[in-house]
Amino acid sequence: MTNQTSPHIISAQHITFRYPDGRLALHDISFDIAPQEKVAIIGANGSGKSTLLLHLNGILRPQNGIIAIDGVPISDKTLQHIRAWVGLVFQNPDDQLFSAYVYDDVAFAPRYLGLSESDVKTRVIHALKMVNMEGYSNRVSHHLSVGEKKRIALATILTTNACILALDEPSAGLDPRARRDLIRLLATFTEQTLLICTHDIRLVADLCTRAIILDEGKLVADGATETIVYDQSLMEQHGLEVP
Amino acid sequence: MITPVLAMHIPDGFLSIPVSVVGWLLFIAILVYALRQTRKQLGEHRIPLMGIMAAFVFAAQMLNFPVAGGTSGHLLGATLVSIFLGPWAMIVVMTCVVGVQAVLFQDGGILALGFNIVNMGVISGLVGYTVYTWLTKILPRTTVSQWVGAGIGAWLSVVVASIATALQLVVSGTSAFDVVLPAMVGVHLLIGIGEALITVATIAFVHQTRPDLLQARADNRGARWIAVGFIIALSLVFVSPWANPNPDGLERVAEDYGFIDTAQDPAYTILPDYTVPFIESDIFTTIVAGIIGVIVVSSLGLGVAYVAKRKPISSDQTPV
Amino acid sequence: MLHLHPTRVSLLHRLDPRVKSVTAFALILGILITPPHTWRAYPLIWTLLACVAVISQLSAWKLGLQAGIALPFTLVAMTLLFTTQGRPIMMIGGLVIPDSGLARFLEIVIKSWLAMQVTLLLTKTTDFTDLLRGLRGLGISETLVATLNVMYRYLFILKDESERLIRARASRSGKSGGYSSGGTLLWRAKITGGMVGNLFLRSYERSERIYMAMVARGYDGRMPYTPLPPLKRRDVVLGLIPIICMAMIQIVVR
Ligand SMILES: Nc1ncnc2c1ncn2[C@@H]1O[C@H](COP(=O)(O)OP(=O)(O)OP(=O)(O)O)[C@@H](O)[C@H]1O
Ligand SMILES: [Mg+2]
Repeated sequence: MTNQTSPHIISAQHITFRYPDGRLALHDISFDIAPQEKVAIIGANGSGKSTLLLHLNGILRPQNGIIAIDGVPISDKTLQHIRAWVGLVFQNPDDQLFSAYVYDDVAFAPRYLGLSESDVKTRVIHALKMVNMEGYSNRVSHHLSVGEKKRIALATILTTNACILALDEPSAGLDPRARRDLIRLLATFTEQTLLICTHDIRLVADLCTRAIILDEGKLVADGATETIVYDQSLMEQHGLEVP
Repeated sequence: MITPVLAMHIPDGFLSIPVSVVGWLLFIAILVYALRQTRKQLGEHRIPLMGIMAAFVFAAQMLNFPVAGGTSGHLLGATLVSIFLGPWAMIVVMTCVVGVQAVLFQDGGILALGFNIVNMGVISGLVGYTVYTWLTKILPRTTVSQWVGAGIGAWLSVVVASIATALQLVVSGTSAFDVVLPAMVGVHLLIGIGEALITVATIAFVHQTRPDLLQARADNRGARWIAVGFIIALSLVFVSPWANPNPDGLERVAEDYGFIDTAQDPAYTILPDYTVPFIESDIFTTIVAGIIGVIVVSSLGLGVAYVAKRKPISSDQTPV
Repeated sequence: MLHLHPTRVSLLHRLDPRVKSVTAFALILGILITPPHTWRAYPLIWTLLACVAVISQLSAWKLGLQAGIALPFTLVAMTLLFTTQGRPIMMIGGLVIPDSGLARFLEIVIKSWLAMQVTLLLTKTTDFTDLLRGLRGLGISETLVATLNVMYRYLFILKDESERLIRARASRSGKSGGYSSGGTLLWRAKITGGMVGNLFLRSYERSERIYMAMVARGYDGRMPYTPLPPLKRRDVVLGLIPIICMAMIQIVVR
């Protein structure tokens, strides 16, 4: 298991990525993230947020540039280790829940790691408790509501002690109370590095210390949350609103 | 981009013209019947349902899991679809899948499309479906029986389809019987295991999530007869050389043409300059004659059945 | 070649899809009935296809490369090299290759390669939905064509969903020192079955929603379709030209 107290840093240098159909989704993006930093990635629809997240654990590989996690560059050799360090929650929870029962979905990662069934059980129960879904282990994933699915999807990455949590639109589709619960939950992850792609600027203001703006695949602003999200002209220029 | 799921999409050039024509005739007869049945059974819902299911099969064929040594388990999907939608809708769905693969992705030929659909849709799906319904009927009514039925059905569906493919290649003179049959069938005995595992796991998933979708569909007796027909036909082909040592007329023709240079009129020869040195040509030609006989008889049978059942023409029965 | 949006507009792109499909079918048939040992035919046929490619503003060279070789089946046909009787002409690794075996093998591969180029020419110059309208115009079952239309509409959407499922699985497939990762074969198959089941249920439920949306807009079992304009004589003549060329090639080489 990874050691949660050891410093893990994300370092992205000159990332350029083009989809196979020719669409340039990321253009020369560079940033470094310190351990335990809480970073928001904001930007209009199609600006490349999800694409960037998929680079963090090597699901997509840049045509140019290097990404290193804790000093380890992503390559075929390191891929699987990096995937144990980086927990990624997808934009659409339906893509992530492919087992019949909630329990099996949450148990996927530790089982893949090769843990014993009793360890797996402890971790699943712990993860479900963290997202306030203790009673759900025997529920059928497919029949859950969107908000419930989103919370289970979050639980699926809390079982491997990942030190980087990358969340794609975690608050989309949640009712106000579920959204407040989510913010409260995310605020408890003080040990982990958090990367959140979102359109929910209030969530950014509440949770994140740093914000990065993407526009048309380019990194156009990077700085402390207060200086970015309250800068009306900057935000509006890139299709965003101040909270 | 899309990995060939099975070594079964025959390209053009690998089937002789007469074999291709027989394939198209068989395919058209079965499809026309299947289209009519789906109209009866599924009504207006059938177009969105079958269209989406065809796209689903196409996408599901991309989902795989690593087995060992760089190989992976895949899904063909005919058995799975027949279990969910019944055999007739399955035939329409697989027609769309295999057809689009041929036209848009050049996976399989155009003239070979008839037999490609018959192999990967009709034979595969009907064999899987028949075995599944039969086993779930004779075994105790439990979920495990359902899995056993689906697993054996899916495995057999791939194996039988590969036998059919191999025989078509042999009859076309594209490969030697004693080479292609063990090779094709050997590979698909293994590929079939992947098919079986995924099919059973999918059935189990749907059983736990939406059990209502697994209710058997009514009135599919015709499907069973076609499948049983194919299985009997294929097994007869294997038995026939040993049962009847005397070559008769049709075999003679094949045998003679086998040795003669056939440049004169190739469209009518079945085996262009082709012989098999390793096995006695008696046996080989009997098998060939057997296959041709089976195909001709089953096409005739289907034709007769179709004409006999013919009802007033509606917009849907324009020939395909 | 996933999304088919022909941007170039050539004579062939504008040709009536009914004519185009029939011509393509006839050309493939023509290629396949070329008699054995008439090697002269193949360069002629290739020239014909290259001309069509040039008229369609496609590179004949690229077309040939894309048509490639249909691998598993080429291996299957390769057995002809060793099992056909004939005059030995060369040895490969101790195996004797007879002339007739080599000839038959080459013929199959060349025919398959040429036929694939015809299919490529058709798909590269025709929008798939137009092709379907053409097939409907040729009298092919309305249900089948409508089903193909729905399939094509959702093909790439479901393909993307399938890709995202694979990504989500890969994301959580981590490794950590000291454990043997990956799970058992059966477990991996079970997970894949779950992914197929997930995709199936989403597809099935989507088909129900589509059906309701269709009914809401007055669907009564018949799919509205914009018929093609009546066949123009010019298109028929244009479509006949390659067929006549092919027929002439077939006559000349015999
Ligand atoms: N699989 C793909 N193939 C081709 N282009 C893609 C693909 N996925 C995304 N794109 C394109 O890449 C660009 C960035 O997409 P991305 O999904 O990263 O945006 P996003 O910032 O997450 O948007 P949203 O806020 O809508 O989620 C978009 O223009 C999109 O159309
Ligand atoms: Mg996104």
